[in-house]
Amino acid sequence: MSISEYFQLLTNDYTLRTITLGTAVLGAICGMLGSFAVLRKQSLLGDAISHAALPGIAIAFLITGAKDTNILLLGALVSGLIGTFWIKGMTTKTHLKSDTALGLVLSLFFGFGMLLLTFIQKQPNANQAGLDKYLFGQAATLVESDVNLMIIVTSIALFIMVLFWKEFKLLLFDADYTKTLGFNTRFIDILITFFIVLAIVLGLQTVGVVLMSAMLLAPAAAARQWTNKLSVMVFLAAIFGAFSGVFGTAISASQNNLSTGPVIVLVASVFVLVSFIFSPGRGLLFRELRFRRNRNDLQLKKTLQLMFGIAQTHENISHPHAIKILNNFQGFTKKSLREMEEKEWITLNKQEWAMTEKGFNEAENLFNKQLEVNE
Amino acid sequence: MKQKIAIQVDDLTVAYNYKPVLWDIDLVVPEAVLMAIVGPNGAGKSTLIKSILGIIDPIAGSVSIYGKPYDKQRKLVAYVPQKGSVDWDFPTTAIDVVMMGTYGSLGWIKRPGQKEKKASLEALEKVGMLSFKNRQISQLSGGQQQRVFLARALVQNAAIYFMDEPFQGVDATTEIAIINILKELRKAGKTVVVVHHDLQTVPEYFDWVTFLNVKKIATGPVKEIFNDDNLTKTYGINYKVAVNK
Repeated sequence: MSISEYFQLLTNDYTLRTITLGTAVLGAICGMLGSFAVLRKQSLLGDAISHAALPGIAIAFLITGAKDTNILLLGALVSGLIGTFWIKGMTTKTHLKSDTALGLVLSLFFGFGMLLLTFIQKQPNANQAGLDKYLFGQAATLVESDVNLMIIVTSIALFIMVLFWKEFKLLLFDADYTKTLGFNTRFIDILITFFIVLAIVLGLQTVGVVLMSAMLLAPAAAARQWTNKLSVMVFLAAIFGAFSGVFGTAISASQNNLSTGPVIVLVASVFVLVSFIFSPGRGLLFRELRFRRNRNDLQLKKTLQLMFGIAQTHENISHPHAIKILNNFQGFTKKSLREMEEKEWITLNKQEWAMTEKGFNEAENLFNKQLEVNE
Repeated sequence: MKQKIAIQVDDLTVAYNYKPVLWDIDLVVPEAVLMAIVGPNGAGKSTLIKSILGIIDPIAGSVSIYGKPYDKQRKLVAYVPQKGSVDWDFPTTAIDVVMMGTYGSLGWIKRPGQKEKKASLEALEKVGMLSFKNRQISQLSGGQQQRVFLARALVQNAAIYFMDEPFQGVDATTEIAIINILKELRKAGKTVVVVHHDLQTVPEYFDWVTFLNVKKIATGPVKEIFNDDNLTKTYGINYKVAVNK
């Protein structure tokens, strides 16, 4: 099945529609909440939380013996939250820096989770097959009830975000100041973190514990490139996330059921790459172009300044001078002289140049103009 | 005439780990003074402000603002943090940052409206930044960022202003603009407390000073206590400084 066939099937295939809707919603909520994580400089927290969720899934299975998604995700939620509190506790109560705490919790929980998974696989229970899908995700396992749960959680998160928008923004920008204004920063902090954990847990089935953090970070990092407004950034991140989810799932489903997680993450990375290069304000390409144009411009103005000095020695500013006398000056080339002629700053005649009225005025005002730019 | 007491700090002690950062600070600041807190690096100047404002929990001690506990008087107090304490690449504009100053009086959930916007624009105008209102904050210079922070505090319309090193890394124009606004605030009966590093400008800018080095060394009018003796006690070296009489 090719991707275009996949999208054609979408209109009449119920299962595909469910899966597509699910991954779109998941991408949206992850992009939305991921923006907060990125702006709080907690990018790696998501990685630690998703890895910390693995033992919860295994333990939930061991206790119930059944592979009910909701129960497994509940287990993931509990152990994800425990991991989060451990990280916060470690950073506030000990001298450990947050990257150390994150790394410790991540590897400890993930190691324990893998241990439990291998233990489960040795059990004489036919039911265990498929638990390892939680490592890299398999969108094809999504059913309607899973998607409904995603929609409900996303709606609640959206509602809370709109309700506390002002408080979230304030905390993200300046936490100390938020406290002095009388807001309970602990409450806002817990609210944001709780929804981030919730979004991660929801994504485990589709994207898997190993790569879930990219789902949070990639859309947000891409969105930041295109805007200087928080609301637009959150909105764009949701859109990018949704597209990554849909296209990633489409590719993975049409190519022999590849693990969905890696494919979604690769699609999201394409968004990041394109944004980093092509965004008009912050993109590398336009920055480089602006840089070159400015440098070229400055070079011309330096040459003009030199000519201005020479022209001033004559009563008639347009008196022709030999190009040779510029030779000691490194900043001029034939090309730059031609560009200056195009700007009508000078006129060229064989081996001589002469300054025009326009060029003289330009040079005279150079210094003043520079001041204006700096203002 | 006896001045009202704006800020009273009793027995304030703060420790991060084992070493005390502030030790048993008693401090009384009268209303309508412009006070500098001076002391060497690590003397606890910022910590003093932050623990008065409840950002840091002290081990012991109490703070009262106009005779009542700080918790009940928050609306009377505005804070200008160090410029470097936030990420200026945050996606927002100058006017948006100033508007944050109105969030406290709005309380939870309520959004700022026309009234708040108008007040914020006025504050921006006061600090000479009105033409930059829609500028992304990362594109402002250090001095302009500091002015935006000051405007955010002005919009709170408080009685007491705490400022953490407002002159750090700003040019002379901004420094003069800021100090003029602070002097205006004092004239309007407000109390301003500033963590300050440049000893040369203390007599010129301030009328009240607190010397701090973990313990409080001295506090009082600049004219009476800003002398070599207190400077030596605070900085541990014989610090000669020209005092404008």
